[in-house]
Amino acid sequence: MDDKNYIAKRVAQELKDGNVVNLGIGLPTLVANYIPEGVEITLQSENGFLGMGPAPEPGQEDPYLVNAGGLHVTINPGGVFFDSADSFLIIRGGHVDATVLGALEVDEKGNLANWMIPGKMVPGMGGAMDLVTGAKKVIVAMNHTAKGNHKILKECTLPLTAVNAVDLIITEMGVMEVTDKGLVLTEINPKYTVEEVQEATGATLIISENLKEMEPQE
Amino acid sequence: MNKVISIQEAVDMIHDGMTIMVGGFLGCKNPFKLVDALVEKGVKDITLIANDTAFPEVGIGKLIVNKQVKKLIASHIGTNRETGNQMNSGELEVELVPQGTLAERIRAAGAGLGGVLTPTGIGTVVAEGKRIIEVDGKEYLLEKPLRADVALIVGAKVDKKGNVRYAKATRNFNPLMATAADLVIVEADEIVEVGELDPDDVMTPGIFVDYIVGGNE
Repeated sequence: MDDKNYIAKRVAQELKDGNVVNLGIGLPTLVANYIPEGVEITLQSENGFLGMGPAPEPGQEDPYLVNAGGLHVTINPGGVFFDSADSFLIIRGGHVDATVLGALEVDEKGNLANWMIPGKMVPGMGGAMDLVTGAKKVIVAMNHTAKGNHKILKECTLPLTAVNAVDLIITEMGVMEVTDKGLVLTEINPKYTVEEVQEATGATLIISENLKEMEPQE
Repeated sequence: MNKVISIQEAVDMIHDGMTIMVGGFLGCKNPFKLVDALVEKGVKDITLIANDTAFPEVGIGKLIVNKQVKKLIASHIGTNRETGNQMNSGELEVELVPQGTLAERIRAAGAGLGGVLTPTGIGTVVAEGKRIIEVDGKEYLLEKPLRADVALIVGAKVDKKGNVRYAKATRNFNPLMATAADLVIVEADEIVEVGELDPDDVMTPGIFVDYIVGGNE
């Protein structure tokens, strides 16, 4: 299993039956493929609906039904459409149980930067600032490093998306909880040693006394 | 009063330098006929308020490519590289607003409110130059209302009083924008007689809508 799917599969285990979940574009979208059996979640799409289903069969695309990335999707039975104010009432008002999104940088205080690189890439924040501010649980799902460069830092250097917002970081190397004391490594991919994970991290990791092995990445 | 007019009559009311709100989300969808008519007319120096600038060849993306927009207020511009290019070259002024804040600023204008207090953006560049107000120990940004001269919205089924029913994910910013502009024009997929829309199905009451275009035109 490649890193992206391995990360997505681990993220899916964080989701509880009945949760309302918003998945970001890219890797987070894959999480929907790994929801454990017996767990029913409702996906929220910030352009205005609940109950988002998978991509339609080729030829079945509905021009009036896209996700927040502009890709064609479906709506499940029981789904519901609403306007952008209601959509962000749901998001900002704490009615989304978990949001999963990628990051350019995340730091030991739970600060997140994922919306711009000054002078290089300024796509805009879209709904990300509201999501990380309002969702009950914010999960960053990403590769541990970017071409060998640290993404998990002592302090973010890029413009922030939100302050003290991240609860959990899940990468191909491990699972890290953001706590008042710093980042606690709670799970590790058995492919790596603690030293390797620390080396790939720009902040000092606190190693949990109950450090667990993740499922082997086969 | 007859609200149904031609696209040409609608575009005749839209002039250089106006502030225009346009409904839609990544081109799903924009009032395509009205936007195309604006491109053809060449209305320029527009201040555009929209969630995004779609794609270069789709909907309001064309207004950017055609350099008709002077200032843009939006939450996301990543799908239209021309928007970024013009921003970097200084041709286009861009104000990026978090999507939920954009919705609430428009809603506030329509609802007669002096602004909204939101936690979104605290501690980020979005907070620069804005008042921070503490309520019960928590900090919020004061975000001001956002109005326009014209709102161009898009409805699936519209009766001749201007009552609008939207379809699926195309609702997005349209009901909000319908309340926050001096002149509101809805582009309808289908125009029906008064009474054909069940009052329970109306999502934007006709009192907000000044003119209706589209249908079979």
